[in-house]
Amino acid sequence: MSQEIFVAILATAITAGTPILYAALGEVLAERSGILNLGVEGMMLVGAVSGFICAYETANPWYGLVVAMLAGGMMALVHAFLTVTLRANQVVSGLALTMFGIGLSGYLGQSYVGLPLPAPFKIIPLPALSDIPVLGPVFFNHDPVVYLSYLLVPMLWFYIFHTRAGLQLRAVGENPAAADSMGINVFRARYFYVIVGGMLAGIGGAYLSLYYVPSWMDNMIAGRGWIAVALVIFATWNPANALWGSYLFGGIDALGFRLQTLNVTVSPYFLKMLPYIFTILVLILVTKRNLAGRIGSPQALGLPYDREER
Amino acid sequence: MNQPNLVELNNITKKFPGVTANDQVNFSVRPGEIHVLLGENGSGKSTLMSVLCGLYSPDAGDIIIRGTKMQFRSPRQAINAGIGMVHQHFKLIESFSVAENVILGDQSIPQVLKMHQIKNYLTKLSQRFGLQINPSAMVWQLSVGEKQRVEIVKMLYRGSQVLILDEPTAVLTPQETGELFRTLREMTATGRGIVVITHKMHEVMEIADRVTVLRRGRSVATLEKQQINQQDLAWLMVGQDILRQEKKKIPPGDKHVLELKNVHCLNDQGLPGLTDISFTVHSGEIFGIAGIAGSGQRELAEVIARLRPVSSGDVLINNQAITGCSPRQAIDHGVAMVPEDRLGTGLVPNMDAMDNLILKSYRNKSLRRGPFLNRTLTREKVNQLVSRFEIRLNAPDAPVKLLSGGNLQRLLLAREITSDPQLLIAVYPVRGLDIKATEAVHNLLLEQRSKGLAVLLISEDLEEIFKLSDRVGVLCDGRITGIRPADATGVEEIGLLMMDAQNQGETTI
Repeated sequence: MSQEIFVAILATAITAGTPILYAALGEVLAERSGILNLGVEGMMLVGAVSGFICAYETANPWYGLVVAMLAGGMMALVHAFLTVTLRANQVVSGLALTMFGIGLSGYLGQSYVGLPLPAPFKIIPLPALSDIPVLGPVFFNHDPVVYLSYLLVPMLWFYIFHTRAGLQLRAVGENPAAADSMGINVFRARYFYVIVGGMLAGIGGAYLSLYYVPSWMDNMIAGRGWIAVALVIFATWNPANALWGSYLFGGIDALGFRLQTLNVTVSPYFLKMLPYIFTILVLILVTKRNLAGRIGSPQALGLPYDREER
Repeated sequence: MNQPNLVELNNITKKFPGVTANDQVNFSVRPGEIHVLLGENGSGKSTLMSVLCGLYSPDAGDIIIRGTKMQFRSPRQAINAGIGMVHQHFKLIESFSVAENVILGDQSIPQVLKMHQIKNYLTKLSQRFGLQINPSAMVWQLSVGEKQRVEIVKMLYRGSQVLILDEPTAVLTPQETGELFRTLREMTATGRGIVVITHKMHEVMEIADRVTVLRRGRSVATLEKQQINQQDLAWLMVGQDILRQEKKKIPPGDKHVLELKNVHCLNDQGLPGLTDISFTVHSGEIFGIAGIAGSGQRELAEVIARLRPVSSGDVLINNQAITGCSPRQAIDHGVAMVPEDRLGTGLVPNMDAMDNLILKSYRNKSLRRGPFLNRTLTREKVNQLVSRFEIRLNAPDAPVKLLSGGNLQRLLLAREITSDPQLLIAVYPVRGLDIKATEAVHNLLLEQRSKGLAVLLISEDLEEIFKLSDRVGVLCDGRITGIRPADATGVEEIGLLMMDAQNQGETTI
């Protein structure tokens, strides 16, 4: 394989990994606060369709991105209300929201299917950095949303592990009763992080319809939301690991795409399976590692908190 | 003496659906005193302190802190007013370091954490009060006593002037208890006020400057140190005299009912849980197992009940090995167990009392009619048990999870004792029970002993062990560090064995 193709595959890996990365970062925040959000897929879909409609009508992808963020946040608000206030089962609520998102996005996007986006995000090579051989074209020849994620990952990592607010976030997910007794508002924290998580999922979805494809198709997230959920475990709830994981999945995605153009005769159905087979493998490996060691999930993940309960 | 009281609670009333947990309770804390809050379980001690530390808001009454009337809407407000509570079940985050736990919720430090500075400060703070903690240690690595120290430092860090400790000695060895009491004394010297919640009489005698007794949600008396004596306190607490059945001096039989020979097993983490355990329990004997929580008590009970595989060694019942048996075969050999976790392991929470009572005997032909259960007959039998063991059922078909701890335990004991066992394993049989229920359970165990039953009593409460047992075996870190006759041994010696101090002493000398 020539270097050119190699670089192209790596660059596509980053683009293909970015929507997963945004969703995974959002899920890291939600799960760190103790709320499992299985509605990511639905939130991405709603983000993708609402972002596309807005960007199509206004011819400005940035407006689309903001609307997608708000749409994802709205979906997450429903999840937070159900799971934090009503203490509903988080798995059921999340699955319901995913199903709801599939339906809603299909309905909203009916008359937009297949339309080309007049003004998608554009590639802006970073001056100087994009001239570095190999690394330049792989990492620094992208659109602004990718660059934004480069900033977001270290920021979130620092936030979670080195700030007072991050300590409180982790405390709420580990032992909400202890956090509550120390004067931390568990409900407010959970609402906040679930909604921010939903916003990030919305951005992830919109990235697909505003840049990667860029067009709206029914059910276009195609399981990336589920990959993001699995990836959070793989990343051990750490934003930095989520970065590598997302690009790994993006790479598999990109590889399948490139193999076709290289006339390698592999069934397209097999290629579509690849990321999900990998997801299952990763889950097996990570779960085994978790059983052996103490790198556990947040202890209160999935459990509703009730102050009066003893 | 002219200083204002740190805390005054006047006529506090707190109602929950169906119960009045606190009924016009008065309570105060003076600077520099240790004030013991004494009462049975359910007498309203914890509710009162939850009101004081901002978890519950009272329906009526005033909270006055240093002369100012306050209304707490959340624990944070109480903490800021200088009220700190050390809960019975520690509110610590296991995966955090000590320092992270201590600073949690403190809004006065900068957003970006400088852990190095914080740790230095905590080291100084803890040394000032003679509390040994390592700020960098992870909480899951700490012993129970160390965790308690972290809880205390946490409250000192937040500037608590009043420290409330809920049953602080329940989880400590006698030595650790002594150390805790010394620390508390040191803190009163700085003018802080300390509230200790307990139901143990001897602790009141040991540390109280004043004591307030609660009974059924009312404050029945507040006594100064000079006025305290045990008989009066007991009477105030219970409101009636307790009949104690003395241990009858019938020597145990010589039949070897239970025998363990060099038993080894693994714990849930796959590490050695029990190492080389050998002892014998005779008929008509109560054999007490003492030890700090987590020393292998659960593993021991499970190995004998055949719930946990043995990696080597033998378990014998009446000289027959049951090492390879299933739990059901062990039951058929006469092993009965009252497990630690009543609702989880002992009973089915969502089934009613009758179904729970026949969980072991439903296989008896007498209770069956062909392939079906003979409901009329079982109901009769169950009614007999309910009245014989004084189980109070609100409704006969209500799920047992709604019963109180004492009734649950009576239900369990009724089922296990009537299965005609050879051996009864009782794991923490009175944990969480009030005085009356405790006495009832103890009397049942003593009664069964005098009928020739062999009892293996596992408990963390040395008072209970000494009261009931004929012999005491001490577990430490999965090993038996000593077996002593209960009558000729002191609490101190057992305490040392619990920490295996003798062996450690030998190696260091």
